[in-house]
Amino acid sequence: MHKLLVNSPGEKMLLLGNESIARGAIEAGVAFTSTYPGTPSSEISLNFFQISQESDLYFEYSTNEKVALEVCAAAANSGVRSMCVMKHVGVNVAADTLMTLAYVGVKAGLVIVSADDPYMFSSQNEQDNRYYGKLSGLPIVEPSSVAEAREMVQYAFDLSEKLQEPVIFRTTTRINHSTEIVALGKITQRVTTGDFKKDPFNYVTVPAVSRNLHIKLLKNLETAAKESETSPYNFVTGNGAWGIICNGVSYNYVCDAILDLAISDRTRVLRVGFSHPMPGALIKGFLKECEKVLIVEEGEPYMEEAVKAFAQEDGLTLTIRGKGEDLFSRLFEFDPAGVRKCIARYFGISYQSAAVPDLTDVPAIPQRPPNLCAGCSHRATFYAINKAAEGMETICSTDIGCYTLGFLPPLSTGDFLICMGSSVGTAGGFSKVTKKKVISIIGDSTFFHSGIPGLINAVFNNHNFTLVILDNGTTAMTGHQPHPGVDMEQLNLSGYGRVSIESLVKAVGVPLVKIIKPYKVRKSIDEIKEALQFKGVSVIISQEPCTLYAKSLNQLNARPFYVSEKCKKHKNCIHDLGCPAFFIEGDQVKIDPDMCVGCAVCAQICPENAILPLKKKSD
Amino acid sequence: MDITRLIIVAVGGQGNLLSSRVLGEAALMANIPVRMSEIHGMAQRGGVVESALVFGDAKSTIISDGEADALLGFEPSETLRALNKCNSKTVVITNLAPLPPFTVAIGKGVYPDLNRLQTLIRNKTSKLLAFDAVALAKTAGNVMSVNMVLLGALIQTSILPVSSDMVKEAILTRTKKAFAETNIKAFDLGFNAAKVNSK
Repeated sequence: MHKLLVNSPGEKMLLLGNESIARGAIEAGVAFTSTYPGTPSSEISLNFFQISQESDLYFEYSTNEKVALEVCAAAANSGVRSMCVMKHVGVNVAADTLMTLAYVGVKAGLVIVSADDPYMFSSQNEQDNRYYGKLSGLPIVEPSSVAEAREMVQYAFDLSEKLQEPVIFRTTTRINHSTEIVALGKITQRVTTGDFKKDPFNYVTVPAVSRNLHIKLLKNLETAAKESETSPYNFVTGNGAWGIICNGVSYNYVCDAILDLAISDRTRVLRVGFSHPMPGALIKGFLKECEKVLIVEEGEPYMEEAVKAFAQEDGLTLTIRGKGEDLFSRLFEFDPAGVRKCIARYFGISYQSAAVPDLTDVPAIPQRPPNLCAGCSHRATFYAINKAAEGMETICSTDIGCYTLGFLPPLSTGDFLICMGSSVGTAGGFSKVTKKKVISIIGDSTFFHSGIPGLINAVFNNHNFTLVILDNGTTAMTGHQPHPGVDMEQLNLSGYGRVSIESLVKAVGVPLVKIIKPYKVRKSIDEIKEALQFKGVSVIISQEPCTLYAKSLNQLNARPFYVSEKCKKHKNCIHDLGCPAFFIEGDQVKIDPDMCVGCAVCAQICPENAILPLKKKSD
Repeated sequence: MDITRLIIVAVGGQGNLLSSRVLGEAALMANIPVRMSEIHGMAQRGGVVESALVFGDAKSTIISDGEADALLGFEPSETLRALNKCNSKTVVITNLAPLPPFTVAIGKGVYPDLNRLQTLIRNKTSKLLAFDAVALAKTAGNVMSVNMVLLGALIQTSILPVSSDMVKEAILTRTKKAFAETNIKAFDLGFNAAKVNSK
């Protein structure tokens, strides 16, 4: 049995934040779940995926976050408790649905997980999604710990049903990817089917209907504000005159700092866990007990703005600070020492922090940037693109996935990136206003997610670029989740359809479509050359499974290679490919046989033909 | 209870997430509060994986610069890179078998000299235990058990509030059955290496 299905209330388990959220949803009787994978949210849906294979929980990897939210919106309006999981930027993709779903509301609970990523450990921006609460009018709850996340999910479902609208469950990476001891609760029986009752004058959002729905939303917002005032997740501790208002993981750093600084008798802390709408009366009451107040929140001054506005309403003139040059930054994530330092400074406490040793005599340590894996098919494709485009002036728009790493030397393939799917749309713009050859790079999963409309646009508007679709048969970057092009039979899963990228691209009307096998270097270069010469939209589909994925399916059986004595140390293999299986020992070029997967790309580019397959893996 | 802060640094694929997990499970069994966090976005792509483990009555799951009580390094240059997490009282345990980053192969960096590396760490912290954990893992029967070798050495220092028995119990129940015996052997080899090294 899946460990999150164990129905033993009170049992303590060591859980990752994302496991705790999934468990909370299972306890709340969630029956319908969907996602598009994205760090730091991915393990929530991985657990749903696994659980769905041994229970009646419905789970789907949707093509993108907008679709994921739409399937959940329908399920929840048919009376089935639903959860939709995405990373913070995924909410942008789903925002069109979100903004009007807020008007329409739900019948059964719908909780939308937005996993924010302060510091951008694996994201293209660090937007603060609490503002989606303000923008949409929907409630937001945010836990401070892994253990709290579990129980707060149940609360979010109940709140959603009480208000008859979706609730946004906002986390940050340090909740998702922290691990704590969690006491389990009771699992509620899932209700997996429902019914949709027709009610077009509340469901079909033509202007006349929406005008009424907006009135309803604002009324709901008032009810939500009352809920926020009395929510157990908005609470005050301590009774000193130094006020601290905090949320999420900042609350932990504040608590630890208060102990470290020994100021618990002088401080009063308001932890905000129900952060939209903000609890106005609670905050005003809190402010009246304080001499001065510090707001501790990662990201934007979301609470600070609200607290200052509440103070103004009651004519309170105490000092309220949060963001500022001498205090907290809007950038990146907080840490315990930084929060402690700001609290000490703001309230005038002297404190000596632990001294970091003097590191000036430590020599420069070679960097260890992430790299495409040994034998990664993307490397082979990038090499072929670079060779095919030799002598051409190019602009290469790239996209989001492992292959983004191709922008680093020595492959240096990737000049522009905004967000999922942007490679295709931006390629069209570049091709219209510059004279350079435009090459667009996109992965298979990203192509399904949001690359297709850009391609259709390019065909219709007669753009001139070559789109290279890196088809490695999985969503590699986030942990090998399936996508609509994946053969699910390989995973022993039945009941799925499969979309052929080739058929799709041809059906869209792309005039030149070529399939390459990137491990066949010469042929791939020739095919890409031909596509680059073409005027109009051309598509190259580069097909080769992700090596990590192939390994997990026991499909990697090529022999590793070695560098024979014929090597004349041109080092093209190292300088042009940058494959991590290579290393230098003395002045000899060597290949680590444990890393080499036998893709043979280096063997094909060695001018001396010095790279040869080992006879056996143990040789 | 007192708070003990441990940083573990490794290169993707060295198994430090499992070692954190084992320590967490051991703490759970011993009823010791524990909180951990990890950053592993691109770990499978050869990057650095850093875990923070906080034992005792703290709420934070991360550790600020200069505030680690112990640093466990799976790769010598990564141990050196993580020195900013240490202070003069920190105990450092490191594997001495290097995994040079690819940047060294392409001439974009020089791997630090291992003797100098050890002197630097020793001078800036309270104690350094350094040995070839990969060799011991091979002796145990599986090169992948280097994480268990290092756990053994860490536990020998008694810096953490979890006992050797608890950690072994966690290894037996939380790591793959097929590797349990090798893992325990690796743990013991690391434990003994630390004992000898401390003398």
